[in-house]
Amino acid sequence: MNFDIAFGQYCEGASPLHKLDPRAKIIMSLLFIVDIFMAKSVWAFALLAAATAGLVITSRIPLKVILRGLRPVIIIMVFTAVINIFWYAGETLLVSFWVINIYLEGIYNAFLIVLRVILLLMGTCVILTYTTTPLALTDGLEQLLSPLAKLKVPVHEFSLMMTIALRFIPTLIEETNKIMNAQKARGADFSEGSLIKRAKALIPILVPLFASAFRRADELAVAMECRCYRGGEGRTRMNVLKASVSDVLWVLVLVLLGAAVIFINRNATGFAIGW
Amino acid sequence: MNREFVPDSEKYIAQFRNVNFVYNKGVAYETVALENVDLDIERNCITGIIGATGSGKSTLVQMLNGLLKPMTGEVYIDGVNIHGKKVKMRDIRFKVGLVMQYPEYQLFDETVADDIAFGPKNMGITGDELALRVMKAADFSGLDKSLLSKSPFDLSGGQKRRAALAGVMAMDPALLVLDEPAAGLDPAGRRNILGRIREYQREKGTSVVIVSHSMEDMARYCDRLIVMEHGRVAMNDKTENVFANHERLRAAGLDVPEITKVAEELKKLGIDIGDDIYTVKYAAGVIAEKFLGKRF
Repeated sequence: MNFDIAFGQYCEGASPLHKLDPRAKIIMSLLFIVDIFMAKSVWAFALLAAATAGLVITSRIPLKVILRGLRPVIIIMVFTAVINIFWYAGETLLVSFWVINIYLEGIYNAFLIVLRVILLLMGTCVILTYTTTPLALTDGLEQLLSPLAKLKVPVHEFSLMMTIALRFIPTLIEETNKIMNAQKARGADFSEGSLIKRAKALIPILVPLFASAFRRADELAVAMECRCYRGGEGRTRMNVLKASVSDVLWVLVLVLLGAAVIFINRNATGFAIGW
Repeated sequence: MNREFVPDSEKYIAQFRNVNFVYNKGVAYETVALENVDLDIERNCITGIIGATGSGKSTLVQMLNGLLKPMTGEVYIDGVNIHGKKVKMRDIRFKVGLVMQYPEYQLFDETVADDIAFGPKNMGITGDELALRVMKAADFSGLDKSLLSKSPFDLSGGQKRRAALAGVMAMDPALLVLDEPAAGLDPAGRRNILGRIREYQREKGTSVVIVSHSMEDMARYCDRLIVMEHGRVAMNDKTENVFANHERLRAAGLDVPEITKVAEELKKLGIDIGDDIYTVKYAAGVIAEKFLGKRF
């Protein structure tokens, strides 16, 4: 079986974006999302598209990889585009047929909304998931949320759970493949029969898979106890995150981008997105 | 090869012709697992496959029942090209029983008996015939009858291994393939499970293929040996002939059984008991003959 998890997968590299502090990148992607949702004017979108292109180029991630990441959301994009084209009431009527009225503004709107989804995905993937290892990501998240620990939110525990979950995804995929092969060798058939029959065929995979996941969890817990793991309190780290000037600059760029978007929204003429 | 290959299913249970396989093809970490492999596996005997880590053993084994498909070349089982047009893969899987490494982790059913019955049930066997097969398989694998009604998760490691083995034996395959059947077991457990496999083979007259890292085990239980080296077949011969060729084995990154080393050391000290020593029993016989002058 082929597990396609290309969407948002870490892509090794040495670009300036790869080297940034994960905390800066988390803040950057939040700012980027805000920027995108603030944009109303066509010109603001043009600016954001240029900014996204800039990010993609800086990340040095092949365009092929990024476009492949967009594949899973094609259906959503087509769906929103269609809804906007047919149900948007504007001024310039293009086609009127039975109950269907297509307005020029509807087409503009559909285009901008699809563009928004594309920019959103491309931007956040390039800033965050493609250029940050899952471990750095959880580390950054833990540090950013660490003030919450004062409010008795178990931040460290959550981030540890996330780290472990991410770490074991490939292991579990490998395990699933092994078990499937073993059951196939005994004549199990996963691809034929009715829905119920196919669901039943999963039992010989799921039971051993769960059994081994629990076994692994036990083993991991013992291994951690053996190394005196006692939770987050007073725990130091091997790689201490240090924000540098460039981290601050990058965040500043995204803030300025947001300011520019607001400025353009206010002053530019031309079409603006409906919602 | 321009001439059409005609498989000889009288003599061979499995034949590979010009088989190639590459992992991660087209990606940076491309690794060649098998390269132009021509291989014949004889019927009615136990064939051992040995080779250093990464020599292509496991790839080879997974090709025997079609879990992996060669990129080029053909695999014939019982004279049939298993990737031919009209061949149903399931029929091949029933003909070639594969016991993977650490098979105890594939147990899933409520009772051990149900789990053993999974394979034969998939073949469409029901009723008395099914019960009989489960009983016989449990017998062959050395699983106590009282365990059959237990949950497989309540068994010990060695018992689980036997239950998994029984699950494949119950399918009554023409070729039984075992990938490291004794890995992780204690010496008594190893001897027991391998001895059972040999008994099964002798009684049923099936063909068996065993992959192992233990030269001692292979020397003891295999009739023939296939030595893999860097995705190629280095040797395919009777066990005694393979172990007589120390240089070739060592070149393939393998070792000879301990008793063979003893014979080598004795030879250095001026006592030649021959190069074909690979089991303790045979060695003892030869040494006794040499010193007591009697044939044993």
